[in-house]
Amino acid sequence: MPGRQSQRLWRKYALLGLASLVLAACSDQTLPLNTLDPRGPIAERIDSLFWLVFWIAVIVFVLVQGALLVAIVIFRDRKVDGQKEPKQIHGNALLEVVWTVIPTLILAGIAVPTIGTVFDLAECQSDSFEVEIVGRQWWFEYSYPDYGITTANVLVIPTQTEVCASMTSEDVVHNYWIPNLNGKRYLVPGSDTELRLNADESGEYWGQCAEFCGLSHAKMRARVIALDQADFDLWVEEQQEVPEPPAEGTPEWEGLQVFMQTGCAACHVISGVNEPTRQEVTVVAPDLTHFASRGVFAGATLPSGFNPTQEEREIALAAWLADPPSIKPGSFMPDLGLTAEQIEVLIVYLESLE
Amino acid sequence: MATIAPPRTPTVFKRPQSTTGFWSWITTVDHKKIAILYGYTAFSFFIIGGVEALLLRIQLAGPDGTFLTAAQYNGLFTTHAVTMIFLFVMPMASAFFNYLLPLMLGARDVAFPRMNAVSYWIFLFGGIFIYSSIIFGTNPAPVGGNLPGGALDASPLGSIPGGGWFLYAPNSGPQFSPGTSIDYAVLGLQILGVASLISSVNFIVTIFNMRTKGMRLLRMPVFVWMTMIVAFLLLFSLPIIAIALFMLTTDRQFGTVFFEAASGGDPILWQNLFWLFGHPEVYVLILPAMGIVSEVLPVFSRKPLFGYPAIVFAGGAIAFLGFGVWAHHMLASDIPTVAQAAFGLSTMTIAIPTGIKIFNWIATIWGGRIRLTTPMLFSLGFVALFVIGGLSGVTHAVVPSDWQQTDTYYIVAHLHYVLFGGAIFGLFSGIYYWFPKLTGRMYNERLGQIHFGLMFFGMNLTFGPMHWLGLQGMVRRTWVYSADTGLGPWNLVVTIGSFVIATSILVFMFNWTWSKRKGEIAPNDPWDARTLEWTIPSPTPEYNFGVKPTVTVLDDFWHQKYDEDDEGRAVRRPEADELVDQLIEANGNPETEIRLPAPSYFPIIAGFGMMLLAYGIIYHTRPWGIPLIVIGILMLVSSLLGWGGEPVEEVHEDAGVDPTDPESDTEVVNPDPESAPPELVGVDDR
Repeated sequence: MPGRQSQRLWRKYALLGLASLVLAACSDQTLPLNTLDPRGPIAERIDSLFWLVFWIAVIVFVLVQGALLVAIVIFRDRKVDGQKEPKQIHGNALLEVVWTVIPTLILAGIAVPTIGTVFDLAECQSDSFEVEIVGRQWWFEYSYPDYGITTANVLVIPTQTEVCASMTSEDVVHNYWIPNLNGKRYLVPGSDTELRLNADESGEYWGQCAEFCGLSHAKMRARVIALDQADFDLWVEEQQEVPEPPAEGTPEWEGLQVFMQTGCAACHVISGVNEPTRQEVTVVAPDLTHFASRGVFAGATLPSGFNPTQEEREIALAAWLADPPSIKPGSFMPDLGLTAEQIEVLIVYLESLE
Repeated sequence: MATIAPPRTPTVFKRPQSTTGFWSWITTVDHKKIAILYGYTAFSFFIIGGVEALLLRIQLAGPDGTFLTAAQYNGLFTTHAVTMIFLFVMPMASAFFNYLLPLMLGARDVAFPRMNAVSYWIFLFGGIFIYSSIIFGTNPAPVGGNLPGGALDASPLGSIPGGGWFLYAPNSGPQFSPGTSIDYAVLGLQILGVASLISSVNFIVTIFNMRTKGMRLLRMPVFVWMTMIVAFLLLFSLPIIAIALFMLTTDRQFGTVFFEAASGGDPILWQNLFWLFGHPEVYVLILPAMGIVSEVLPVFSRKPLFGYPAIVFAGGAIAFLGFGVWAHHMLASDIPTVAQAAFGLSTMTIAIPTGIKIFNWIATIWGGRIRLTTPMLFSLGFVALFVIGGLSGVTHAVVPSDWQQTDTYYIVAHLHYVLFGGAIFGLFSGIYYWFPKLTGRMYNERLGQIHFGLMFFGMNLTFGPMHWLGLQGMVRRTWVYSADTGLGPWNLVVTIGSFVIATSILVFMFNWTWSKRKGEIAPNDPWDARTLEWTIPSPTPEYNFGVKPTVTVLDDFWHQKYDEDDEGRAVRRPEADELVDQLIEANGNPETEIRLPAPSYFPIIAGFGMMLLAYGIIYHTRPWGIPLIVIGILMLVSSLLGWGGEPVEEVHEDAGVDPTDPESDTEVVNPDPESAPPELVGVDDR
């Protein structure tokens, strides 16, 4: 019987689904983008709303699919002679009313908490900590207007603090998403959007540009580091410092020469070294003043993995500097044809930019 | 016998005469032949779109895949969507509309047979046009960007349009997509829109004007109702996308800035326009399947459709509400909070009419005598899978929840449950159900059931885990994902599932090909059916009905065969078998002269001209661009003029006229020389 066969498949599939749900629920570092693993009050509100709707949906699912299966089993043609023909029922006005009203009531029940949550979460609170996010193909730039800090790829925020990100894009539509902390919000060229972020505990939260934004959309990732207030203050101090230029003759100094002479300086800014205005650069590229203080680079894609070692980081950096477009097709950072020696000293210099 | 010869209209060109063979297909205006053309073309595109899906799934089978480049992946997910939506589901639904509308209404053909043909040819050339991007299209990096190895362009496969079927501005604009491949998508969709618009007008006029005697609106089969609703949806939504595509075309070709923020344009305007079309489009895709299911469930339950008016009204309500929910596709954009709440609520209301349909379908089979034939299995599968897609749809209306789920695989799962589990299961149900009508033979039941089992299992294996992938943070349209995201294992399961689906399609193709030639000869009324198309011989004669039917009640054919006893149970009338045979005998041997719409060369020329025009627009800066535009317009205009000069309908004389006689432009459809005095029952007869 095909009916029974498909039933069996159905059951098997339901089990698979349940197993994966359990897997998803007890998340850890293995699922850094898990939406069912909220790490802050905003994500928690969304999560609890999701589960409410989910369980209502499960009940509806069981009832409707149950009715369908029962009907198929009970009323199937038994292919025996003398089986009576069915009664010819054309409809029932009362039933039509019932199955119009009951779903309406269920939906109304979902609508109330939905609307409440929308109004609670959609807009930033007035006394939030402010950051600015600008989306570019294919990386996020972050700045802190109150502190005069500009950085890229890694957004550092204080824990247990309501953060309001004011966002825009300088090219196409992007979509900022840190699943553990909140849902998504577009970055739209020519207009400003707001996104709230709030992390309970210090830690590393992964993210990804969620709107298709061109060739290397997949390589436009995001990272949020939440620090306790004291650590955050330290980080701010560090970022505000202007690094000392390296002493002549050191490998760092040689790296600086590569930076200045091969074309890096046409786009990237290092405070105290080159300070072109936004109009003067060829393409706006990540500010490298405190490059080494950031865990990841290349659109937060490199180095991959959790807690990479310094060696892994340097290998990734060498690969990136050697040929950016092969890692990020369409990249605005060209293959500058750097030699192995140039790359080596450039890495030494960049890694000194704490 | 005497023949009333309508005045001969002199024509410049020789009239097409073939009734069989290649030229008969090129010049046909017969709704059934056009339906078959639509069907085979759409299925070919289904295979192409399916292979594209398999390539995408191979790439995603494991983390950091290297099977495809970014450009190839982006191109393939774009063409996969464009192909499945515009080149498979819509034209396949159109095949059903074309074949069945006149038969279900008791008509000779659709209202405008040549418009019907022109619509097919425009669709075909539109599809060819989009795919010609593989040969002619270019796909360089955004202005200022660099491709791997310093390449100026992606590989040939990468030259298919890569902006996503939604073509979000400004990424689809000249700065960020400078290559011509996007133009192929933009202008191709415009061409396909013209084809759909022509069809929708044709179907609406057919439904309102071509119904046979007694076929009141509320006696029409639900499939006809759903066709009408789809046609109205297209009529109102296509102009919106036409305007949006026109604006994008001028942005790309002629330097306007409708969507460019830096010059005062608005990228979100594109999203609003696109989804104002795009959401009704979703119902354009699903309603035909709902119509098919509403025909199949009663037949194989041996009960009337439960709540016929409720199902019809719910279809109308879905279509109406469908115009007021578009912003739920862009809840993450900068729309204000109040609007977010409002669109959340309006989206929830869609669930009510959808629920009404589901409950009425379950009530239809409840208490019936269910025969689990292949079409019935697909229809039941439709209901089961559509419920899942509907429930996940409600979670999108829960706005904060959607902020997490939008642009993830959760949405991919949802849309495939409604469009694959829904629309495609419904279409396969229809393909099996009307297979005997189309071919005069039966398909292989066992193979059909294997097809269903594999496809049902494969579908759930493919799209079920996508829910979890989405919730675990897998973002859409990413050509690679990192191993550290932990998304690898379920992606592998999904890829395996996609190959199970592919296997099931191979089973179907074998069944189709084999059964069409070798299948058992279909009995007169193989399913003990309810609607008019089963009162005529299979395969359908060229003139459809030898005797124009008269309808007195909904499901008239069933009520001719069955009475009800005191308990309300169906009782087959003793004379039913004889009646069916008589009906089919009479319909296969018309006693009156029948006039059919005249075949024409002009529809294909018009369609081809439109394609040339589109090439000309893309290459208007090249020396051959303007000549192409001129030639295209000339072909279009001259074929419309030539068409205007054609006879409205050809003289179809009785036997004795040699149809191959070059001096004769007539066609024999009545082989019986003893036939009764002629009666004009042409297409405009009602």
